[in-house]
Amino acid sequence: MSDIDRLIQSLAKLPGLGPRSARRAALYMLERRESVLAPLIAALSAAAEGVRTCSTCGNLDSTDPCSICADPRRDPTILCVVEDVADVWALERANAFRGRYHVLGGALSALDGVGPEDLNIAGLVGRARAPAVAEVVLATSLTVDGQTTAHYIIDRLEGCEVTVSALAHGIPLGGELDYMDDGTLSAALKARRPLPRGL
Amino acid sequence: MEWTDDAIILSLRRHGESSAVVSLLTRDHGRHVGLVRGARSRRARGFLQPGSVIRAVWRARLADHLGTVSWEPGVQRASELLEHPARLAALASACAVAEAALPEREPQAAVFAGMLALLASLADDAVWPSAAVKWELGLLQALGYGLDLSACAATGSCDDLVYVSPRSGRAVSRVAGAPYHDRLLALPPFLLAPGATGTAADAVAGLALTGYFLERNVFRMRGHGLPAARLRLLDRLRRATSSQGDAPTAAS
Repeated sequence: MSDIDRLIQSLAKLPGLGPRSARRAALYMLERRESVLAPLIAALSAAAEGVRTCSTCGNLDSTDPCSICADPRRDPTILCVVEDVADVWALERANAFRGRYHVLGGALSALDGVGPEDLNIAGLVGRARAPAVAEVVLATSLTVDGQTTAHYIIDRLEGCEVTVSALAHGIPLGGELDYMDDGTLSAALKARRPLPRGL
Repeated sequence: MEWTDDAIILSLRRHGESSAVVSLLTRDHGRHVGLVRGARSRRARGFLQPGSVIRAVWRARLADHLGTVSWEPGVQRASELLEHPARLAALASACAVAEAALPEREPQAAVFAGMLALLASLADDAVWPSAAVKWELGLLQALGYGLDLSACAATGSCDDLVYVSPRSGRAVSRVAGAPYHDRLLALPPFLLAPGATGTAADAVAGLALTGYFLERNVFRMRGHGLPAARLRLLDRLRRATSSQGDAPTAAS
């Protein structure tokens, strides 16, 4: 197998890229060695060398503890529990949460053989026992596996002096009822809330 | 090759960026697997969850191919259960047990009908624990390991049946079983009366009973134990029972 074929095969394993798009990407990089390929190699090598998993929350960063755990401006009383690092990035993009995170590393799944021992739940219980923590926000997926994981965590947090909350479920911003699926509509109706009156 | 059938989704395994390999329990075609394109799309992913009932069309060039599944939505159960830990545990357990126990492509109309009834019962805490036990009893029957609860294995009597022999799977009366009661499995009374429901403690005993035979006859032969979701259901019901005493229901 030639070097080019090996490059294409490696690129094709990335999410979102098939063999055809991997071929285009490889050709693009090889035609722009100085401006694209060399910086990419340097960035990949730096990431492979320097990025590590935060021993506190499970996030990925070049420091341990990660920049979120080490940030003194972050609220240490609230922990947001997510399944993957991608969920941390999504919440950070929204810029709506100023507490700290805990990455489980997946969700309980009978099909994939993921049990509680495969997830970072013991670490979460340890963090929740700290007197500084007052609230744990469960931000697992709204799927059977995600909510099974959430209920399991609630059980495990019994005895910890924390409030356990979950993200609201319902109609997304900009959503039109006509396009909503039945499950979302039913969850939104169940979670309806009184609106303030007057000024 | 093509068929159309009603189906309950047992599991989904992500395939590529937007598709999923879905395992279905169908009315006339047994447990069947197929590729659903666009299963991760915004429109589909809310509905394609374990326990949802769909109208599935399976197509493949040859019968032994994986095939693709196109679908129309039927009844979505998961969204109503996500906030109820015990009901959700029952749904996950039934799907995991069916997925692991049923052979592929063997029609199991009774198991399908029983699972539909179990899914419908999940709205009622007074009913579903007993329904879960009865569904597993039916599953054992369908797999050829049915229990004989009609008469005492020792005396032939039909009265006061309170045990099941772990060796033969046959009922044993109180009198005949007394000398061996510590080695026999408890037989909850609601399993002897069609349509009856039991207490949460009865359901725990029932799940212990069916779990014993499922593990011994079905899962151990395949080199593994009961699915983790099934163990979690029994654990949750046990804790609910011990915290409430012998409550009349297994409330979430």
